[in-house]
Amino acid sequence: MLDPYKIREDFPILRRKINDHQLIYFDNAATSQKPKQVIEAIREFYESCNANVHRAAYTLSQEASELYENAHEEVAKFINAEGIEEIVFVRGTTEAINLVAYAWGLHNLEEEDEVLITLMEHHSNIVPWEILSKINGFQIKYVEVNNDGTLNYESFEDAISRKTKIVCLSHVSNVTGVINNIKNITRVAHEYGALVLVDGAQSVPHLPVDVGDLDVDFFAFSGHKMLGPTGIGVLYGRRGVLKEMKPFHGGGSMIREVTFNTVTRRCSISFVDLPWKLEAGTPNIGGGVGLMAAVRYLKDIGMRNVKAHEEMLTEHAMRCMRECEKVSVYGPKNVSVKCGIIPFGVGGLTSHDVALFLDSYGIMIRSGFHCAQPLHEKFKLKSSARASFYIYNTREEIDRLVDVLKEIEQF
Amino acid sequence: MGTVEDYVARIEEACGEEKHFIVIFKYDLKQQVITKILEKATVEKSISGIVSELTFGNISFRLYGTGKAIFRDLKNKEELQKILKSLLL
Repeated sequence: MLDPYKIREDFPILRRKINDHQLIYFDNAATSQKPKQVIEAIREFYESCNANVHRAAYTLSQEASELYENAHEEVAKFINAEGIEEIVFVRGTTEAINLVAYAWGLHNLEEEDEVLITLMEHHSNIVPWEILSKINGFQIKYVEVNNDGTLNYESFEDAISRKTKIVCLSHVSNVTGVINNIKNITRVAHEYGALVLVDGAQSVPHLPVDVGDLDVDFFAFSGHKMLGPTGIGVLYGRRGVLKEMKPFHGGGSMIREVTFNTVTRRCSISFVDLPWKLEAGTPNIGGGVGLMAAVRYLKDIGMRNVKAHEEMLTEHAMRCMRECEKVSVYGPKNVSVKCGIIPFGVGGLTSHDVALFLDSYGIMIRSGFHCAQPLHEKFKLKSSARASFYIYNTREEIDRLVDVLKEIEQF
Repeated sequence: MGTVEDYVARIEEACGEEKHFIVIFKYDLKQQVITKILEKATVEKSISGIVSELTFGNISFRLYGTGKAIFRDLKNKEELQKILKSLLL
């Protein structure tokens, strides 16, 4: 088991007081806090290695390039990809999904094709496909979610057909914390010849992920939810699929040659190899370095330990929240099918009131739709409050949350 | 006399089906703002120093000791601006 008290020493922000109370940070599904090892790695990069990467002869650029490539390597090993050719650095999960939509979907989806999406998706895995379907004219089918928030696998099997070209779903719901059985999905999808894109924004930070074992074609996640800085994220793509893809953005860094033909008066372009073909322009080098430090930090702890700690916290929180008279916890009650995300409501209060009340006690939670309006509509909820946990959270913090919730109930 | 902006740091349109607005008053003026509002609005119930449920005309809202308020079920931001003007100026 990990020791959250020792881990907390690495997170300077957790020493803060907010509204005269010790900060309790329970909005980890939105973004995580950063350990000093990550902050220090970014500072060190800018203080001693900063230069633009690739195609420079001077020492500083070689050092920066090496660091940036090492970051890809570290991420590849972390999720068991075959190599850095399969690891494209992007701004975050949203950009990774948009990359697939425009660099693969735009060129491969036609009117008679279908895209499957689940009703539990974050808007970032809905909106790009809805926008693209207006351009290419393909159909989108939504896979149902059960009343407890788990995925309805029968609905998935009913919806999939030879017309399905890609299945887009989250590994872990950002609202309920439900863990989807990705291996099951990829097995069926591949039988029908469809690709599978997984939004791993809520899984990679919280449980061991092996893209080879999951057999996914695309896997997207963000650095800032896994202790890294904002503005850096990852698209894993199976080598064969990425190789066939057209570039997403065009510009510097991703071309081998741009030659001007004096007869046609047009330029001919050839592209560099993966992953750089899909990383146009100067990348977020400092962000990559920070992400590498975050991955190393998580590897040192061990992802199985991360998962076990969050399971313990979630079980404790759900047990304690049941003692509250007016608190309703949404989603599955069985902790083994979910991660450390608890959506809830307090009778007679809006989710925003709950968040503002908790804020008065220095407890940070999120309120609203959490960018998953269709799922809230499915649950007939106007919004929800959401507490989400990470490696530095403790049972005592959860006890404090529940004490304050009991006070809120009296209002 | 001043303006509403003299007292308000941010207005967030709350995410959710309800049309709620969260108003965050300027931190260094929060006590002054709370006093002004409590003079004009009617306290329906409160937990001392933490939160008060208030009514002002036919509008009900909650004011937090942290200098934040949530106005519920308003038509739009213009309606909120009118209420804030009446409460603060």
